[in-house]
Amino acid sequence: MRKRKFINSSLKGWLYLLPAILFLGVFMVYPLLDVFVYSFEEGYNSASQTYFGTGFYNYSYVLHDPYFLQAVKNTFVLVVITVPLSTGIALIISIGLHAIKPLRELLQTIYFLPYVTNTLAVGMVFMILFKKTAYSEGLINLLITGLGGTSVDFIDGPYWAKMFVLCFYTIWVVMPFKILILTGALSGVDEQYYHAARVDGTSKFRIFMRITLPMISPMIFYLVITGFIGAFKAYSDVVALFGTNLNAAEMNTIVGYVYDMLYGDSGGYPSYASAAAIILFVIILTITCINLLVSKKNVHY
Amino acid sequence: MKVVLQNLTKKFPSRDKRKRDEVIAVRDFNFEIPDGKLIGLLGPSGCGKSTTLNLISGLVKPTEGRIFFGEDDVTELPPENRGIGLVFQNYALYPHLTVRQNILFPLQNLKGKDKLSKEEMENKVIEAAKLVQIDELMERKPRELSGGQQQRVAIARAMVKMPNVLLLDEPLSNLDARLRLQTREEIRRIQRETKITTIFVTHDQEEAMSISDMIVVMKDGAVHQIGKPQEVYDAPVNLFVAKFLGTPPINTFYGRIKENKLYIGDDAVLLVRGVPDTEVFAGVRPEGFILSEEGPFRCDLNRVEVMGRDISVVSTNKECLNPVVRSIIGTETKADIGVDKVAKSGIVRFFLIPHKVFLFDRETEERIDAEVCSL
Repeated sequence: MRKRKFINSSLKGWLYLLPAILFLGVFMVYPLLDVFVYSFEEGYNSASQTYFGTGFYNYSYVLHDPYFLQAVKNTFVLVVITVPLSTGIALIISIGLHAIKPLRELLQTIYFLPYVTNTLAVGMVFMILFKKTAYSEGLINLLITGLGGTSVDFIDGPYWAKMFVLCFYTIWVVMPFKILILTGALSGVDEQYYHAARVDGTSKFRIFMRITLPMISPMIFYLVITGFIGAFKAYSDVVALFGTNLNAAEMNTIVGYVYDMLYGDSGGYPSYASAAAIILFVIILTITCINLLVSKKNVHY
Repeated sequence: MKVVLQNLTKKFPSRDKRKRDEVIAVRDFNFEIPDGKLIGLLGPSGCGKSTTLNLISGLVKPTEGRIFFGEDDVTELPPENRGIGLVFQNYALYPHLTVRQNILFPLQNLKGKDKLSKEEMENKVIEAAKLVQIDELMERKPRELSGGQQQRVAIARAMVKMPNVLLLDEPLSNLDARLRLQTREEIRRIQRETKITTIFVTHDQEEAMSISDMIVVMKDGAVHQIGKPQEVYDAPVNLFVAKFLGTPPINTFYGRIKENKLYIGDDAVLLVRGVPDTEVFAGVRPEGFILSEEGPFRCDLNRVEVMGRDISVVSTNKECLNPVVRSIIGTETKADIGVDKVAKSGIVRFFLIPHKVFLFDRETEERIDAEVCSL
């Protein structure tokens, strides 16, 4: 009797889950498995559904492709620079926002604006700031020359200049969301902890290190994880800044490489694209696992 | 260490900036708290008792007045330099630290010549933990503790630096009834053992009466009465204090003094000397009734509640300000036999015990000092 009841209720549960399972299965799980399979099929052709053979050739090709290695390097540089910097700066700004009373709402709105601004409009702004055109040198270059430096071509110039623009842009774009999350987390910390710490004569720095940081650590951890994943998946921002011919600009990212392999001018290689996508997946998985391990010790729920 | 409050006043600016009206949270508070005593600040919510505590702790700066710890003026000192321990209403234990780390935290803040070695810190932590009997739970996180245990940790954290003054903000309000009784004994014991001047805030008069050496009854930011609990109970200065202390609360009646007699309704209930004829409020403590068929004071019987130790006769009287007149009759007088008898007639008669009856001015609600005796 009890057993039947249990089966009945678990059946009901599955029934409720069915729409989501169907949807996710068809549009998420199946394609994922498919990509995994393609990555082992040499020269798969999606039109004729044929391939030459199976093996690790696709991986070997991708891992020896200088464009892919460049893309991996770019992606890692982007991740390593932007994730800590954007989280750190967002934390500093949030603490500032949390500490001041007057104009807080206004400043919060201003800091949140990039989040709601259209990407194209943002692209325009960065053009004005960085791009050399027939009419202007770009605002930043005007500043540099004004201070006595030599102007730099940030869009078509040297690698570090382009990377600087990309990092700057990425940090600027992800900042509002991080500030929003962190100011929320900060105001979620009960005032009484600060009162208690004050009565105990705790210095401001120690209050921050020993109380504020641990208390908001789950949110910081969340931002770091999503930040890593987001930065590894960077593509559209790069296109917005440097156009579609990213390999030529030495500015390609892993996702960009995958796209190029599928639909780019030199595209039409779903097998290579799949292998690259799986490699990206493995990288993100590894980094996230490391994150989780680190967080076990340092994040307090 | 004795604590002296001199003309202590705290005004908070009004929320609405256009209006000039301020909220006076504490008004002209004067009190010398003797060394080593347990003091209860008592009052209804919003009466300024927590603000007073925060003023003493230094978390809030007074608008006027001065605070002395011993002979030292601490009015301008920040909280950390006052040598106080503060226990918050919801304990404010750091959730990410273990019990040991929580208690250790204040010690780690010490700098310069006060800095302690690791062993000294460890010894102090264990000493404080033993005092509140939580030395078994040192490696737990606060959320793994019961409310009572958290409360003990909070007290240990406040005590570990051996403060001059221990302040407790509603220390028992988050505990269930049984734990509350237990913990208040605990607070009393810890205070006795350490002889630290302790001030605690509560809205529960029973709590304050039961463990305090002295209680301060506050209302609307003003101190109404300061004294030993029994003294305040037996001689309230005004109607508010009389009503606030005691469970069940005092029964208040519209009364009249006429020709040296106190009338409630048409019944002359007591002799009153030294008061001209006037309208008064008469307050009668629930234990001030003696059930008797010859009693001069008549009420309409509602019901009799038997509570084991006592019985409670609930009746109504149209002159009473409370919804019902509640009288507590001890069963040792065998009045329970009488109750059966009166229950049939629908009218109960009482004698009133003179020292359980207080007279208050109708206008000022101050107590009228009168000699009251039986008819």
